Amino acid sequence: MAQEINNKPEQNAEVTNEEKEAKRKAMVLFLSDSEERESLFSKRNKKLLSDPLDDDNPITVQVLGICSALAITVQMEPAIVMAIAVTAVMAFSNVIISALRNMIPSRIRIIVQLVVVASLVALVDQILRAYAYDVSRQLSVFIGLIITNCIVMGRLEAFALGNGLWRSFLDGIGNAAGYGLILIIVAFFRELLGSGKLFGYEILGHKGVTMAESTGLYALGYENNGLMLLSPMALIVVGLLIWVQRARNRKLIEN
Amino acid sequence: MDYINLFVRSIFIENMIFAYFLGMCSYLAVSKTVKTAVGLGAAVIFVLTITVPINFLLDNYLLRPGALSWLGAEYASIDLSFLSFIMFIAVIAAMVQLVEMIVEKFAPALYGALGIFLPLIAVNCAILGGALFMQQKDFPGIDYAITYGLGSGIGWFLAILGIAAIREKITYSNVPAPLKGLGITFIITGLMALGFMSFMGIKL
Repeated sequence: MAQEINNKPEQNAEVTNEEKEAKRKAMVLFLSDSEERESLFSKRNKKLLSDPLDDDNPITVQVLGICSALAITVQMEPAIVMAIAVTAVMAFSNVIISALRNMIPSRIRIIVQLVVVASLVALVDQILRAYAYDVSRQLSVFIGLIITNCIVMGRLEAFALGNGLWRSFLDGIGNAAGYGLILIIVAFFRELLGSGKLFGYEILGHKGVTMAESTGLYALGYENNGLMLLSPMALIVVGLLIWVQRARNRKLIEN
Repeated sequence: MDYINLFVRSIFIENMIFAYFLGMCSYLAVSKTVKTAVGLGAAVIFVLTITVPINFLLDNYLLRPGALSWLGAEYASIDLSFLSFIMFIAVIAAMVQLVEMIVEKFAPALYGALGIFLPLIAVNCAILGGALFMQQKDFPGIDYAITYGLGSGIGWFLAILGIAAIREKITYSNVPAPLKGLGITFIITGLMALGFMSFMGIKL
């Protein structure tokens, strides 16, 4: 009798240990989707960050997220704010959807994703209105359009629904960085050639009313290319970027 | 006269694709042949014409500051506009689902034609963009919202029809290899947009 009583706590301890082990395993699986221990920045994880910058760029290769991207590339400042906003939305929505991935019924997953993304975007919009009102006015509807930005939905569908939290987070950051990179390159050329400025600073010299009043390049007779400020040029600059990228990286060429 | 002016403006001058780049993802993905492009374009016209007026009502009677005054004077100071993103996208997703079910039940032939494109539309930026521009433009009545929705839908349809026709022809042209496919499509779209800019300033 006494022995039995003594045995019980031991058994319990064993069970809890097993349970603990199972829980730990489930947790590891939940976070990183492979049982092997992996360092946070293993080669496989680093690839998630570096691939979208060139080989698997969301804009020039995956053709995602062009919608709201091009209209705000006339100047550097809104382009950078947009890139930061998209990074925040993508990283957090990827993490949230990845955390919920085993609970979302697949039939209504699009609506669940839209609600998560829309809440995050509303948050970003309110923060921008509070702390960067001028830029927020400049971006107007395009912040709201991050909701239907295919890059967010595309990565949620293609990656976050099937991968662990940490990897989804990295994938979100990586793809947003690839997107931001293209935005910034396009905005750089459009602002530099279109208005001779970067971030609003006149770096090609000051353009006066007459040539004598001008300084820098303008004193030599240089003129701004007003065409660059028009929306069609955003498309053409991206087209040329794609050309340059694929000429360098020939495995991306389509047949 | 106002209606015609708004209609023409939304088709040509403020074209969803050429002026604002909205709906570019599906525009690039589904424009390989004219047939599929017509299907998607028709679905976009349909959904825009329905969702813009519905979102207009929602905005005017629920969301904007003072919109709730029909409930009583004490509700007049409530501003729910921070909810507009979630409300608009929920209305769009629900409407797309509803339209899909109605079309499937009553017009199976049309359903067959639109097929996979209808669900795709929920995440087409042009639809949400239409709602957000509607909110920004502050229309005086729902008739303007309907005109705007129909006009921007037709504008989107024209754009995708044009690029699909050009892409069908361009498969036979000798384009530099790195520019093939996506690159040349971007540049052609840019040139088409330049063409559409010539409509600027037209007033009826």
